[in-house]
Amino acid sequence: MTADSVFEPKIIGFLCNWCSYAGADKAGGMQEVYPPNVQVIRLMCSGRVDPQFILSALVKGADGVIILACHPGDCHYKEGNCRALQRHSMLMLMLEQLGVEKERCRLDYVSAGEGEKFNRVVRETVEAVRRLGPFLPAVAIE
Amino acid sequence: MSEKPKLAVYWAASCGGCEIAVVNLHEKLLDVDAALDFMFCPCLLDTKKKDIEALPDGAIAVTLFNGALRTDENVEMAHLLRRKSQILVAFGSCAKGGCVPALANFSTPEQLLNTVYLDNPSVDNPDSIIPCGTTGFPGGQIHLPGLLGRVKHLAQEVDVDYSIPGCPPESHQIWNVIEVILSGDLPPKGSTIGCGALTVCDDCDRTKQEKRITAFRRNYEFCPEPEICLLEQGMLCMGIATRSGCGAPCTKANMPCTGCYGAPEGISDQGAKMVAALGSVMDIGDTTDLSEDEIAGRVDAFLAAIPDYAGMFYKYTLASSTLGGKR
Ligand code: SF4
Ligand code: FES
Repeated sequence: MTADSVFEPKIIGFLCNWCSYAGADKAGGMQEVYPPNVQVIRLMCSGRVDPQFILSALVKGADGVIILACHPGDCHYKEGNCRALQRHSMLMLMLEQLGVEKERCRLDYVSAGEGEKFNRVVRETVEAVRRLGPFLPAVAIE
Repeated sequence: MSEKPKLAVYWAASCGGCEIAVVNLHEKLLDVDAALDFMFCPCLLDTKKKDIEALPDGAIAVTLFNGALRTDENVEMAHLLRRKSQILVAFGSCAKGGCVPALANFSTPEQLLNTVYLDNPSVDNPDSIIPCGTTGFPGGQIHLPGLLGRVKHLAQEVDVDYSIPGCPPESHQIWNVIEVILSGDLPPKGSTIGCGALTVCDDCDRTKQEKRITAFRRNYEFCPEPEICLLEQGMLCMGIATRSGCGAPCTKANMPCTGCYGAPEGISDQGAKMVAALGSVMDIGDTTDLSEDEIAGRVDAFLAAIPDYAGMFYKYTLASSTLGGKR
């Protein structure tokens, strides 16, 4: 990276198949521009997001993570998104103690019709992480 | 000179509990002595570092290395004992995952030294002397080993053949391991031995029903019912995210498991595993009429009952955790 080139954060997105993944598709179809920094991993439900996935993403080169779930009440497996929220909130408390800024790990709800919201969440996350700079875990700092 | 294979037990950044666990072999120690030449153990025997340096490389059959790596000296001894030993075992949770000494990885070395030598209310240090490395003081000089930037576990510095978890390892498991080593029928290199592969819940004979917790409760708040799973009673028992093999002595004594055997087989991060497990048993009640913000608020209020999740869930494994400590 040269001195004046802009830092391009790498974001891993864990998207629920039923709502958010379709929402991302919708965003693509709307032909609105959004930053290409999110690499999407499709899961059957946000309840499948093991906190280990998030930590692994961060140590393996991601600068941030987004988890996109169905809105409360809409999860196809009833309470997967509720579990995802509970895990995310607890993980955020731990990450704060570990010096990881909260902007690097966002959970939000995106339905199949919310292409515009998908676009907004991606833009906001990319901008927030860009301001923070690259993520370096403690294990990588001697 | 003895022809028996040599056994060494060394301590680095540790509390001495691992040595006590060895001594707790009781009369089995006589069997150890019959089969092995127990020749180095600074806590119990008089052999010195220079005696170890004088040995040919690989002269020690087995070294049980306990303690985390906190100082230059710990690192030096780790390399020395690696060279002199055929089998090097990370013995106990400090050597395996950093354990309590690695909780220092929530702070920088400067913060630690300031707390210990300058900021503690009971400290009287008018010249603000921080003894570290070679330090002059009125009347002379002292030399102390330097602190590493962060606490490491043994395998982060040298090649380790096996690990035995536990804070400290249970004595019956130490004996099992010694028997295996004596049999010569060694497990694959890199194995975690002297333990099970499942979770402490598997060792624990409390009644387990559907886990649904409406509030987290801490040890001092109540006296738990003796037969029912402690987690189901709201205690953050780490049995669900901790390797089996101890026999669950803590839950037998009505105390929750604090996780000393580390993550179960196949789990890379004990804290993350604990978060995953608790996230599915929390019950925040009916949320049908609540907004997304109100639901998030209810989760936060639920979680506010515990002040230090990271310290609790990484008490034994911060050095070997995915992130390794505070950035
Ligand atoms: S959570 Fe704790 S008390 Fe419950 S079964 Fe597991 S080890 Fe036993
Ligand atoms: S199915 Fe979408 S969050 Fe569960």
